[in-house]
Amino acid sequence: MSATGTLPAWAALLTAFCLLVGATVTLIGSLGLLRLRTFYARVHAPTLGTTVGMASILAGSALCFSVLETRPVVHEVLIAVFVTLTTPVTLMLLARAALYRDRREGIKAVPAADVEVDQTPPG
Amino acid sequence: MSWLLPYPLLSAALLVLWLLLNQSVSSGQIVLGAVLAVLASWAMAALRPEKPHIRRPGVALRLAGMVLIDILRSNIAVGRIILGSRQPGMNAGFLSIPLELRSRHGLAVLSIIITSTPGTIWVNYDAAQGTLLLHVLDLSDETAWIRLIKDRYERRLIEIFE
Repeated sequence: MSATGTLPAWAALLTAFCLLVGATVTLIGSLGLLRLRTFYARVHAPTLGTTVGMASILAGSALCFSVLETRPVVHEVLIAVFVTLTTPVTLMLLARAALYRDRREGIKAVPAADVEVDQTPPG
Repeated sequence: MSWLLPYPLLSAALLVLWLLLNQSVSSGQIVLGAVLAVLASWAMAALRPEKPHIRRPGVALRLAGMVLIDILRSNIAVGRIILGSRQPGMNAGFLSIPLELRSRHGLAVLSIIITSTPGTIWVNYDAAQGTLLLHVLDLSDETAWIRLIKDRYERRLIEIFE
């Protein structure tokens, strides 16, 4: 990239730091996917990548391009908003599908439904 | 005014979204964005969703700040469990919490808070009984989790939405 030449050292270092932190946190989340044993425990791990991992990488991106273009570049915040609003939908869908299947199979590890399972999501 | 802007907050958010996407605050983009925002809010009005009432914006802001700090903290906690414990996830378990919160918008926000915080996942909500089923990665202290959800989040959400 030709643009990197004009990026001052402090900004380059800070951007690199943000990217490394974000990548490390996301990697830890992926490791969790590997190390955790049950489905329900596994679902927790990727949320590291969708919270601090994402925020840190986006902060790095905003910083880098704000300095390069000498104006505030903040539209990265939209990515954060959309990821945060949509992650619960996917996670709840997965968790509820697993719960439904486990209850059907009569697996004792999951709590039984007291009454019939409510199918309408909130909100 | 309400026929023009049935959902003023939604329209404002859409206008900001449009300007951010185009990365410009020129008058042309503002006009175009405003027209789109009004048209979109009319489309929304045709669906007739229940209108949310945010009664305490100050509390909402404070809650947002608290949630950000909690997300950071639980990232560290979950990272420790994944890397540090020999058998990660052995303390994981389900937790059932009775909720007093009934507002659909409040519940939607609570679900976003709970799923965005690593270590807790919203599994099921029983609308008839008002009980929430969670899955928690580190369930060594059940009462602490219940206190966290009820005192820290639910109480404020009731203040904001009900």
